[in-house]
Amino acid sequence: MEFLIGIQGKDFVLVASDTSSARSILSMKQDTDKMHRMTDNLIMLVSGESGDTVQFAEFISKNIQLYKMRNGYDLSPSAAANFTRKNLADYLRSRTPYMVNLLMAGYDKNEGPSLYFMDYLASMNKCPFAAHGYGAFFSLAILDRYYTEDVTRARAVELLTMCVEEIKRRFIINLPAFRVRIVDKDGIHELPTIKPQVSVRSIASESL
Amino acid sequence: MSILEYNGAAIIAMKGRDCVAIASDRRFGIQAQTVSTNFQKIFEMGPRLYIGLPGLATDVQTVHQRLQFRLNLYELRENRRIKPKTFLSMVSNLLYERRFGPYFVEPVIAGLDPKTFEPFIASMDLIGCPMVTDDFVVSGTCSEQMYGMCESVWEPNMDPQELFESISQALLNAVDRDAVSGWGGIVHIIEKDQVTTTELKGRMD
Repeated sequence: MEFLIGIQGKDFVLVASDTSSARSILSMKQDTDKMHRMTDNLIMLVSGESGDTVQFAEFISKNIQLYKMRNGYDLSPSAAANFTRKNLADYLRSRTPYMVNLLMAGYDKNEGPSLYFMDYLASMNKCPFAAHGYGAFFSLAILDRYYTEDVTRARAVELLTMCVEEIKRRFIINLPAFRVRIVDKDGIHELPTIKPQVSVRSIASESL
Repeated sequence: MSILEYNGAAIIAMKGRDCVAIASDRRFGIQAQTVSTNFQKIFEMGPRLYIGLPGLATDVQTVHQRLQFRLNLYELRENRRIKPKTFLSMVSNLLYERRFGPYFVEPVIAGLDPKTFEPFIASMDLIGCPMVTDDFVVSGTCSEQMYGMCESVWEPNMDPQELFESISQALLNAVDRDAVSGWGGIVHIIEKDQVTTTELKGRMD
């Protein structure tokens, strides 16, 4: 029921996640932040088994910080993503696997922007755009149609809004709000939360 | 739903005259949903040695990384490039070590001997049973379709251009009959003095 999405532009990565924490039929919290800061220019979005998400995200985050303390410089986004994949893969065949789907978005001055998709089995892929959750079934097709590699920030937000409105219209579970952030050379910036309002489409019906 | 069909893949390797070819599809999907169309399933393990890894995507990446590690140590100790036949045994050993909790990959190896440049192709099951053939090997979710196509288009002693045509047609037409593989293709033609990599334009569905 959770949704994560990332869209890479020429010099930025736009990421968004839904803000509800739910168990079974109950929505416990409507302002959850599913994004975790790894470094100044790297962010990780997590979804999956509750508990595992935060534990794994914090474990990776702290190890990345430790690398910086020991070596004096940050891990690059690709190195961090591969480190994450290795840990997830190692835990996969242990007694305590982490059931976490994640997106890693970062900006590196040498590599440029990058977005990594990783599922709970630790298969990783670098993508121009990616999404997790049922919402992905609605979003990926829209992005296939309208995404271009040189998308600007404003256009990326428009694309994101298109995806989110489609989810609001057609996904059976209500996801009322989406937290949005953008990663670029200057760091991680918060954008306004998107609360899609979708007008009801109806055709005039004949009076009884 | 078998775990080997969770991500979907198709790999073919064929032998020609003084050359080998290896081809794969490019889809990375999770059951019915396609996530990306540029997933690497063929890895270069030496200047004339390639391994194709179809199966569960996480194990494709893990096996490649573990194998690269072992190969690096081998090359440091022996101070030479590995022979394809020895590499076959190395992969078989890595997979059999996990006999009762295997990696879900069924590798395909294609290469030329580093000294004699003799062509070599082989495939293996997920627990490392090796099979060396003289014509072609296939592995993946559409293996039946690939066997049929390869049997039709393969002839002995094809030159690199003919081999490229055969392997490309075999791959493209086989994956078109399988829902979880396809979405593009990539072919490597390995000859004594060069490796030609071509991306295939196929049906993106």
